Amino acid sequence: MNINLTLIGQSITFFFFVWFCMKYVWPPIVNALEARRKQIADGLAAADRGKHELELSAKRATETLHEAKQKAAEIIAQAEKRAAQVIEEAKDTARLEGERQIAAAKSEIEQEIMRAREQLRGEVAALVVAGAEKILRREVDAKAHADLLEAVKNEL
Amino acid sequence: MSAEALSSTEYIKHHLQNLTYGQKADGTWGFAHSAAEAKEMGFWAINVDTMGWSLVLGFIFFYFFTKAARRATAGIPGPLQNFVEWVVEFIDNSVRGSFSGRNPLIAPLALTIFVWIFLMNAMDLLPVDWLPQLAAWISGNPHLYFKVVPTTDPNATFGMSIAVFLLVLYYSVKMKGVGGFVGELTLQPFGKWGLPANLLLEGVNLIAKPVSLALRLFGNMYAGEMIFILIALMFSGGMVLAFTGGVLQWAWAVFHILIITLQAFIFMTLTIVYLDMAHQEHH
Repeated sequence: MNINLTLIGQSITFFFFVWFCMKYVWPPIVNALEARRKQIADGLAAADRGKHELELSAKRATETLHEAKQKAAEIIAQAEKRAAQVIEEAKDTARLEGERQIAAAKSEIEQEIMRAREQLRGEVAALVVAGAEKILRREVDAKAHADLLEAVKNEL
Repeated sequence: MSAEALSSTEYIKHHLQNLTYGQKADGTWGFAHSAAEAKEMGFWAINVDTMGWSLVLGFIFFYFFTKAARRATAGIPGPLQNFVEWVVEFIDNSVRGSFSGRNPLIAPLALTIFVWIFLMNAMDLLPVDWLPQLAAWISGNPHLYFKVVPTTDPNATFGMSIAVFLLVLYYSVKMKGVGGFVGELTLQPFGKWGLPANLLLEGVNLIAKPVSLALRLFGNMYAGEMIFILIALMFSGGMVLAFTGGVLQWAWAVFHILIITLQAFIFMTLTIVYLDMAHQEHH
């Protein structure tokens, strides 16, 4: 247990080790630790962001769904309205068509009546003339009384 | 313990003598063969076992730590990196807790001190005769002196504490200037008229730092080693005594795990605190 050169040797060794540690051991390890700390912090931040985004998109999805429902209801209402309109229009058209047909039939009937009346008038005139001829066979000269007969015919 | 019937005293003395290399009284260079011969070599001799083991342990320390440092990634760490990171974080926290300034030297210094001293102390846990017997067997000299715990050699502990002391002086002067440092030594606590008393008080205060640092570690490890040696003596005392010795050695080794860690930690913490004081302008 003498103090000797080992003392200085130990001091030199000590300084060498400290220098070595400071140069080659400490920095890489501490840097790795720091980098990992940063990575973890980034990861946590990213997770937070993701969670936030998820919430947002869930909200967005609900909104979109709501909108879609509203739109669908609108469309259905419109369609119903349109259907009612179409029915109304069809009814109108049918009524008009009916009226038109009725009017045509009426005018035809009137025409028929006129024609029948004309015919009837002719026939009655002929009958009257025939009757009158029979009655007045001898006395009435067809030629002489033609003017009279014509006047009677017109009155009928 | 060895076959050559050593007396207990001789056995203990043998275990407390370093393997010293230096110039003998007759002028030749070689290993000292007795404590007296080692003493005669004076200052210009070297304790080969202390130097050797401290270097070997330092290189073991740096082998594993540089291996981890080279492969250090921010990703998933392997088992070695995990362990190294655990140690580094522990040291880093200690430094942050005790050191208020900013100095990139302090944390690596603390790491080196802690791990190196821990490893040197841990040599104490090996049974006291294993490595000396192995060295004796390899060298063919049954009386070869061989101490395997470098921290039981005051040269080692003082070597480190003086290195720390030099750092304290360096940073005191660097941070406060020569005037500031001298002023700190001479102008307080009694003002400039109490200069001699101040110098005495502060001087003792300053010198006590490395001395206490070295002696605390040396004393603890030396005492622990001594107890291991005394327990080892029991192995030659018959079956019952040998068995008791075995139990005692186990118990003391378990307790010693605490001591070696604690001493390494204390040396480190005090170093940080002393350097912190050196960095502070006023205290």
